[in-house]
Amino acid sequence: MGEEKLIASVAGSVERVNKLICVKALKTRYNGEVGDIVVGRITEVQQKRWKVETNSRLDSVLLLSSMNLPGGELRRRSAEDELAMRGFLQEGDLISAEVQAVFSDGAVSLHTRSLKYGKLGQGVLVQVSPSLVKRQKTHFHDLPCGASVILGNNGFIWVYPTPEHKEDDAGGFIANLEPVSLADREVISRLRNCIVSLATQRMMLYDTSILYCYEASLPHQIKDILKPEIMEEIVMETRQRLLEQEG
Amino acid sequence: MVEGAAPTAKPGINDTATPRPACLQPSSHKPISKRPQAYLRAPHSHSSSRTGNEIRGSRARALPDRALVNCQYSSATFSTGERKRRPHGDRKSCEMGLQLRQTFEAAILTQLHPRSQIDIYVQVLQADGGTYAACVNAATLAVLDAGIPMRDFVCACSAGFVDGTALADLSHVEEAAGGPQLALALLPASGQIALLEMDARLHEDHLEQVLEAAARASRDVHTVLDRVVRQHVQEASVLLGD
Repeated sequence: MGEEKLIASVAGSVERVNKLICVKALKTRYNGEVGDIVVGRITEVQQKRWKVETNSRLDSVLLLSSMNLPGGELRRRSAEDELAMRGFLQEGDLISAEVQAVFSDGAVSLHTRSLKYGKLGQGVLVQVSPSLVKRQKTHFHDLPCGASVILGNNGFIWVYPTPEHKEDDAGGFIANLEPVSLADREVISRLRNCIVSLATQRMMLYDTSILYCYEASLPHQIKDILKPEIMEEIVMETRQRLLEQEG
Repeated sequence: MVEGAAPTAKPGINDTATPRPACLQPSSHKPISKRPQAYLRAPHSHSSSRTGNEIRGSRARALPDRALVNCQYSSATFSTGERKRRPHGDRKSCEMGLQLRQTFEAAILTQLHPRSQIDIYVQVLQADGGTYAACVNAATLAVLDAGIPMRDFVCACSAGFVDGTALADLSHVEEAAGGPQLALALLPASGQIALLEMDARLHEDHLEQVLEAAARASRDVHTVLDRVVRQHVQEASVLLGD
């Protein structure tokens, strides 16, 4: 171009830091950054690695060597481990993991080298836009209302019943298949509807906003939360409460 | 499936002189409603489009350094005057898909997405001339909404030559009359042409005039699309509390 003009290639909001001008698109696929927590679904089991779908442009990769072995042991992965891969994670399983590295083409490499990551058991997955999840110090929250939530940076949010005791020995492989009580299920459904309504109204998602929204929705029935008028009312109340808290 | 959201837009295509039949009032503005998919209502044709890049593209066709753009065009049975069932793989759909692909490969920055596939699906809901132009404009909105980086907006318009005057944005009646008609897809900021297509005979002295009419109309479409996108982004940012 002849004139000295900068034209953005996406439609979004402009952020300027000194001489750095950034245009963040409103709705994009997840762009991985090292250290992010993601929730993903296994799509393929390949030799020595799994392909995980994380709402990004390319499928993420979980290498066998980046996965925790049951019992937390540290040893070189052998041929038997490779053959037993499907025993650990199959196609369709949900996992929580952390981003270890980003390849040059944008694909993300994950690892579950900590006991808090691993296969997810019973719960509800909510898919929102990645731009709505606020970056925080921790993404695993135990909400006081009786459920726990994992806010994946890729927009996948996992709501599940708080486990009574921490299962350190399993290392996140054995899924807890005990029946979940009705009270817990109601809490989880309500939380899920609250998250969906916050996402529809384009509010940032973090533990405080979800909790305030949950409390604002208590007077209504769980299935009513998704109705447009009630949704707006609840989110308005949440927004107000958040502003008061910050101001 | 990533779906493009539609902002509201009121297109006003200006065409040159000649009085045209009542149904083609150039000042007829039709508001576009906000829908989950990009839905464009131009004065003559309506089309809706969406982009999806969650389909597992074939590994064999993946290009190592850039993205593959795949466009599919389909026409609703109720889009023309007579209800006509169009099978999916027919020649017109394939050709239109190919033209759309060529247009968008020129506009989308494919180097930023190696080994990926970008799918654009366009469906024409009401065809009254200028279907290629409506498809291109709708697809631009969908791609923008999906957050896929592009060089510029792609704005398109058709133009023809009747009785010594160049006309922009032809209707079906004018197209069927048999005169020369061309379709132009333009990148407005730089003035570069993404696609220029004509299959009729036109004297080269008139080409300049017709091209100019199409370019002017495309720029008008660009003004409208630009305004609409900015408004949509502003509304969304306000909600986010930025």
